[in-house]
Amino acid sequence: MSANIKIGISDLNVARSPDVLMTYALGSCVGICLYDRAKKIGGLSHIMLPDSSASHGAAQPYRFADTAIPILVQKMVLLGANKRALTAKIAGGARMFSTASNNSLSNIGQRNVVAVKGALAKLGIPIIAEDTGKDYGRTLFFTVEDGIMYIKSAKCGEWHF
Amino acid sequence: MALHNYDELSDMHIDALREIGNIGSGNAASSLAMMLSDQIDISVPVVRILDYEQVMEELGGPEQMIVGLLLCLDGDVNGMIMFLLHQNFANTLLASLIGEADVGGTVDEMSYSALQEVANIMAASYVNAIADLTGFTINVSVPSMCVDMLGAILSVPAIHYANISDKMIFIEDKFHGKDLNAPNHILLIPDVESLDKIMTSLGIEL
Repeated sequence: MSANIKIGISDLNVARSPDVLMTYALGSCVGICLYDRAKKIGGLSHIMLPDSSASHGAAQPYRFADTAIPILVQKMVLLGANKRALTAKIAGGARMFSTASNNSLSNIGQRNVVAVKGALAKLGIPIIAEDTGKDYGRTLFFTVEDGIMYIKSAKCGEWHF
Repeated sequence: MALHNYDELSDMHIDALREIGNIGSGNAASSLAMMLSDQIDISVPVVRILDYEQVMEELGGPEQMIVGLLLCLDGDVNGMIMFLLHQNFANTLLASLIGEADVGGTVDEMSYSALQEVANIMAASYVNAIADLTGFTINVSVPSMCVDMLGAILSVPAIHYANISDKMIFIEDKFHGKDLNAPNHILLIPDVESLDKIMTSLGIEL
């Protein structure tokens, strides 16, 4: 029996085959799927912001690309994954309100994608598939059995990587 | 003492926001009535302070399709106003305004401008309510529109204000007209500093 594990906004989790990791309606947020193909162990993180150093107040490490991704890797290693075997598929970072006059508002998706790529590069994890940017929301399913990332959009149909 | 967080709002603050909501919704109903040449009645609006998860649940979950209209505020008050219209509400508006209605995945230019105009007028209703009560000057940007999953649309203000607060002022209006019988939801998200300014100007200190 496979379980559907839902990841909320600013959350992350890990799973073994045949479970499915999923997150609803990524807008300007980014979903990061990490996978150890040999061990069939997967992890999914739904980050909201690029950089934890810009945060004030209570620390929420799952919220930021630079802090969430290392934690996700750590959790996968604890489950038995090989850190050096990990690959990444990423999706999201859309520009939902394309004509918004406020620049920091319209670029946030792009900044999230850049930060995610930076965090993955720092850990030496290659990105083997990417579906980022554009102007629509995405629901993401990550089947840990085969490492496929399924994307469902409201406007443009469904596809997978 | 200044207000630092939406969590610090007292019942008295929330009453004041409710009053702003009442006046704004009243203004909005008259403007809508004029636009649609219809008699529009309005139930007492419900004003609540909610976080993103709660707004998501209220409106049908993260994958609910919704028409989002976003306007930025600056001047004496900084922040955002976001209108969240269910597709049938948007379609009813469009049917009365331009005689055709189809807000699906893509929106033609005519419908886009019509809904932008509705957002302009509605935003002005609420902004004027604040301006009249406080004497502040508030500028409203051109509205930007997006039809997509609720969760994806809400991610925009959620991200923008993540470092400040995950709370917002949620106003639910129920308009009743000949053809229009749908709730309409407005998120008012002033920066906390601006919220503090509004409260101070209304004479409600912490």
